[in-house]
Amino acid sequence: MKKTIKLRDLDCANCAAKIENAIARLDGVTDVKVNFMSQKMILDAPDDRFDAVLAEAKKIAKKIEPDLVILA
Amino acid sequence: MSKKEKKHLWRILISIALFVPGFMFHNRENISLFSGTFQAPVWGYLELPFFVIIYAIIGWDILWRSIRNISKGQVFDENFLMSVATVGAFCLGEYAEGVAVMLFYQVGEWFQSYSVSRSRRSIADLMDIRPDYANVMRNGTLVQVDPEEVLVGDIIVVKPGERIPLDGVVEEGRSALDTSALTGESVPRDVSVGENVISGCINQTGLLTIKVSKEFGQSTVAKILELVENASDKKSKSENFITRFARYYTPTVVFAAVALAILPPIVMGQPFVIWVERALIFLVVSCPCALVISIPLSFFGGIGGASKSGVLVKGSNYLEMLANTEIVVFDKTGTLTKGNFVVNEVRAQNMSEKKLVELAAYAEDYSNHPIAVSIRKAYGKKVDTSRISEIEEIAGHGVKAIIDGNEVLAGNERLMKLKNIPHENTAPGGTVVYLAVNGQYAGYILIADEIKPDSPQAILDLKAAGIKQTVMLTGDAYAVGKKVAAQLNLDKAYTEMLPADKVEQMEKLMNQRSDKGLLAFVGDGINDAPVLARADIGIAMGGLGSDAAIEAADIVIMTDEPSKIATVMKISKKTLRIVRQNIVFSLAVKGAVLVLTTFGLATMWSGVLADVGVSVIAILNAMRALNVS
Repeated sequence: MKKTIKLRDLDCANCAAKIENAIARLDGVTDVKVNFMSQKMILDAPDDRFDAVLAEAKKIAKKIEPDLVILA
Repeated sequence: MSKKEKKHLWRILISIALFVPGFMFHNRENISLFSGTFQAPVWGYLELPFFVIIYAIIGWDILWRSIRNISKGQVFDENFLMSVATVGAFCLGEYAEGVAVMLFYQVGEWFQSYSVSRSRRSIADLMDIRPDYANVMRNGTLVQVDPEEVLVGDIIVVKPGERIPLDGVVEEGRSALDTSALTGESVPRDVSVGENVISGCINQTGLLTIKVSKEFGQSTVAKILELVENASDKKSKSENFITRFARYYTPTVVFAAVALAILPPIVMGQPFVIWVERALIFLVVSCPCALVISIPLSFFGGIGGASKSGVLVKGSNYLEMLANTEIVVFDKTGTLTKGNFVVNEVRAQNMSEKKLVELAAYAEDYSNHPIAVSIRKAYGKKVDTSRISEIEEIAGHGVKAIIDGNEVLAGNERLMKLKNIPHENTAPGGTVVYLAVNGQYAGYILIADEIKPDSPQAILDLKAAGIKQTVMLTGDAYAVGKKVAAQLNLDKAYTEMLPADKVEQMEKLMNQRSDKGLLAFVGDGINDAPVLARADIGIAMGGLGSDAAIEAADIVIMTDEPSKIATVMKISKKTLRIVRQNIVFSLAVKGAVLVLTTFGLATMWSGVLADVGVSVIAILNAMRALNVS
């Protein structure tokens, strides 16, 4: 399943790249793209594990950029 | 301005308001205004708490973030550097300096955040083709709903001045549409009953009742928006380079800073303090923010600027590649020419001209090729398909059909040769469809294709832009191809190409590329798929709503105008110029400040300027990519 997640307060392009790399290394992530310009994250993961993978991804993102607001 | 930005701005303004008197107070010995008053030593003790308060107002979040990030394992970030630098200044007794640097830094940060938001918003505004509502006919009444709730087959009404929310077919009404948001074209497009309209256009004059043909997610507007937004996901080489560079740059400068703080004092016996201060400045300059933000922003701006002109670029990498294009290969029909073949001349033997056209129209009944369409148009009447008993298509040659029991052949010279039918040689000037009935030559129909009005200028512009070779590939007859090539001043033209020939010729042309040169193919969609895929850059004439073209190509020209190729190349070159300017500028300034710092010629101010100031300038410069001159 591929889902587009809106982000807010992603101010640092470096952080966007770091977050993308970190999430890509997660187990279960087929593909991830973090777009600093459009403030969106596109996460691709198998349907049955999607929610779990998304939760992990959010945790990592918050760790790298604690000010990041993840909408949904 | 967002709430966050507003709050930030307030903190900055308050801090400045407090800092100015504080600074004057700090230098009260040198200011005659204060002579006499405030000279007692007790006032001196107030300085520290006063500046600490200002520092707290302006810098608390930086300190907090650096502590929090360290606890999460992230030590060396901007917050840490600024905290260390300014707290260090305080420890050295330079209170005003510490506050000033933090204040300066926050001002820069604010500008950076503001300009990025501004850029995002202006690009979003450019792409403000998203319709907010649709007027749907439900149970006889008109209801205003979210476009996403409208189903295929629903009837919607678009009043004058409103934006068409979904793709569909006009059921009732006639009007003129403003397509400029999608195509950059200022000339309105007339539509009436039975015509297709696409979402995103503004209805100008008349009321339109439209039957929806695609749901919102599949509509042209939604697709375009998605394409442009996601275009920046396809990173250009420059962006990839900067990301890799940044990863090595920061640790390198940090190590250099540590070395700077420790080695010279030990080796030269100088006090640590001076060198630690210099090391701190080093750290401040080490952030690669300017590059990491401004480069993607430049490409984002370039893509936005291209969309404004009616060209969809599907990736930052394609925008970058355009600048290195050496060879441009064109398809003829529909790309350089309008593809609206018109019957020019009919010459029949042993039958009336009308009969010849009739036979041709019947033979070409199943074909959607522009040639067939024009013949049917010339015929004008409806084809009675009961008279056709068999149609066989011979690829690259023509068609064989049994009409009224007679075997009719309609096709090009190759077909006549294949079937050994002697035919007359025609003077060049158009595409010729030869006809033979029952093995006997019956005559020919001459069809001419109109060259698009902007094609000649398009080729000239490309040559002026430095394209080394302009080539045309076409399945059309030699005479026609030659004529068009001459009229357009093309370097080379390959005619009578079968689809497989086109791919082969493409390969040959690909081998003619120089080291860094690239080849772009311009076609009009489906039938050019293999060639579009093989080329370095595939450019399709989008035509309003041509799904296949939008899918297959890397770059889509929404208006079908070849002249837009040169336009988007200009945008590409401009974007790359800006990117290069930013890289050179940022590295040069940072490098200079680093060198000056090593020799003690730079202060914390220059450190912050080299980081934040450079960032802001780079961002502002990046925004220039949006302007299409």
